[in-house]
Amino acid sequence: MQEQSFNDFLREIAPQGRTMLLPALLEAQKEFGYISKEMATEIGNALKVPFADISGVIEFYSMLHSEPTAETIIRVCTSPSCSARGGRDVHQQILTELDLLKDGATADGKYFVEEAPCLGLCDKAPSALVDETALGSITPELLLNPQDNVRTEVYAKESVITGRIGEVDPFSLDDYLANEGFLSFPNAVQIGPEKMLDCMADSGILGRGGASFPTKMKWAGAAEAPGEQKYIVCNSDEAEPGTFKDRVILENDPFSVLEGMMIGGYAIGASKGFIYVRGEYPKVQKTFQAAIVSARAKGYLGENILGSSFDFDIELRSGAGAYICGEETALFESIEGKRGFPRLKPPFPTTHGLYQKPTVINNVETFANISLLFRIGVDAYRSYGTEKSSGPWLFSVSGDIAKPGIYEITNPTTLRELLEWAGGVKDGAALQTVLLGGAAGKFVHPDQLDVRLTQEDAHAAGLTLGSGAVVVLSENADLKQTLADLGHFFAHESCGKCYPCQLGTQRQAEILDRNLTGSVIEGDFTRLEDVGWTMTDASLCGLGQTAASAVLSAMEHFPEQFK
Amino acid sequence: MNKTFTLTIDGQSVDAPQDSTIQQVLESINKPAPLICAHEATTPEGLCRQCVVEVEGWRVLAPSCVTKINEGMVIHTASERVIRSRRTILEMLNASVDLSEAPELQAQMDEFGADRERFPHAKTREQDVKDDNPFFVRDYEKCLMCWRCVQACGDDIQYTYSISVGGRGFESKISTFFDSPMPETSCVFCGNCVAVCPTNALKSKTEFFMEQGLDYDEIRQEKRAEKKKMGGGK
Repeated sequence: MQEQSFNDFLREIAPQGRTMLLPALLEAQKEFGYISKEMATEIGNALKVPFADISGVIEFYSMLHSEPTAETIIRVCTSPSCSARGGRDVHQQILTELDLLKDGATADGKYFVEEAPCLGLCDKAPSALVDETALGSITPELLLNPQDNVRTEVYAKESVITGRIGEVDPFSLDDYLANEGFLSFPNAVQIGPEKMLDCMADSGILGRGGASFPTKMKWAGAAEAPGEQKYIVCNSDEAEPGTFKDRVILENDPFSVLEGMMIGGYAIGASKGFIYVRGEYPKVQKTFQAAIVSARAKGYLGENILGSSFDFDIELRSGAGAYICGEETALFESIEGKRGFPRLKPPFPTTHGLYQKPTVINNVETFANISLLFRIGVDAYRSYGTEKSSGPWLFSVSGDIAKPGIYEITNPTTLRELLEWAGGVKDGAALQTVLLGGAAGKFVHPDQLDVRLTQEDAHAAGLTLGSGAVVVLSENADLKQTLADLGHFFAHESCGKCYPCQLGTQRQAEILDRNLTGSVIEGDFTRLEDVGWTMTDASLCGLGQTAASAVLSAMEHFPEQFK
Repeated sequence: MNKTFTLTIDGQSVDAPQDSTIQQVLESINKPAPLICAHEATTPEGLCRQCVVEVEGWRVLAPSCVTKINEGMVIHTASERVIRSRRTILEMLNASVDLSEAPELQAQMDEFGADRERFPHAKTREQDVKDDNPFFVRDYEKCLMCWRCVQACGDDIQYTYSISVGGRGFESKISTFFDSPMPETSCVFCGNCVAVCPTNALKSKTEFFMEQGLDYDEIRQEKRAEKKKMGGGK
């Protein structure tokens, strides 16, 4: 029965070929608990993918397995925020409880336990994902009796981008309409693509994915690029440790992102959009898929949208456990059914993106900002933020802090003010440091707290806001453990394409492990520096180029931690 | 047509055709950057980063093999950053992979002053030799993941696709479908992968047997027996 329905599914997707490889593997994984050689053979025959490549793809994505797992899969987060709040202890406890010596399946085939990289549930640390249920403040008992208990708090002095969160039913298009929804798309259509781009340039809108690249540049590049077929891609592979704002937007206000993608399609002349959601966000996937279905039903997606000559549709794709797929070209490769290897640049996505076609790829929060911009206009948009960092900005605050959650900043705010707003360090402890910008960010020295959280101020202070992750570590946190966690994270997530990162993340993790266990050997400090700078200078993509960023900043601010 | 760019390399002014890569220009002035992954028969992927040079005004180093030149580029081929990266890549590689049969890599380690013991207690790619067919063996602890064999097997030469890059990160490897022995894959034993391998990770069976001290007749017997076995299995 199961196998029959899977074969029907395969027959249905077969004409699309290799691009359906990841959906097919995910479906097989879900149906059968793993992908057997026989199943992989059928998938390869149906989609016409070389068999060796199928193994290559299965082995690349950590949520795919070629050996049987179990009825229930328990993924315990051991990334910095969760590790600092007891994630590693609970991981050990659940292994003991289930009579397991290490990650794997129980003898009765009921449970499969594995450590997971950041699950984007940092505000509820320690966290876990049991099958498709997200759990915060985990205990071994909760893992065995899972009930979704994650309700992320959202704080705003003036709710601009977060206005609908908690106020509307995310599954109701009518609710969206009743709350100023689908006002921006008609505005955009009215002024036309050329003026839209002027409007974006005037707004100064920057990408919210981490690199803060001017969004207008991407859109203008793709609009000008020759070609009939163009694509809009929403990067929803949020996996930067300490970052969970995209999850909160998509779980609570999916239509604002959908509308932003429509506007993008109209501006550059794309009829197709993809949203790539990480595999660890099943709730986001369900919510957004429902949004697509209801938007289609009411004529907001499809042909001749709202009586215009504009056709646009969106397809949701799931990731399968790979941080690197947040890198834009790796994400394209993943949609194309390949290992998520980042491509050499140039050429850039604006001319050679998904399927080598002109493509605009933006982050979730960026598309939400696009919706906002075309609803309230340039002047109102510019009334928030600063001249160089216009609009509202979201920060994900977690770690040793009294009130973790999403913070919307609409007026220049220093890091010190943000921490005070969030109730200060948990239990009144003193602050040790803040990891700003996630694993790819930097540690902030307590002397630097007066930096304003804008692109220009962070840059001037030698910091990066990255994706807006603010991980707070109190005086009681073990910084050596956090450093070792970071080392493991990057060694686990390096794709293995270029040598500096493939080798360097492993060497870095080994040295940081020695540092944690007090078995440092002579020369480790300069060894770590050489590895770090080599990754930073010579790696192929942003992952390798930032894999030592936090470690090098810790070596600068806290050299005593490396003795 | 035939337009040129003028660039400065280590203080020397150089004119070069504008569609050149940095490496092509470096070759034209007899200063080629060192290479590990590149091969004339396979598509450059910029994997090893050993050919990186420093371009003034650029945040990161540029791989010479795939970076196109621009007018007025100022390039340093032996800056401190360049040398540190090249040396460290070699040191990290040597700590992971058996480079004893890769003379070019040995020469590079000497040239850049790489310390062969720089990373003690490092995890290596030590593993058993895969000996599953009459034509070649796969000794993957010598594999430095240049991808040339996968490229030769695929779009660059043979269009056979019997091997792929598997694993991830440091655990990356060259793999077949569910680790099947070569005779069970689509492999046609063309030998192109062996020909492009830089480290003897892929080695012809004859060479493998000779190293084990077998003489010509013994090798012939061994290979005949293996071929019979392989044919009989089908």
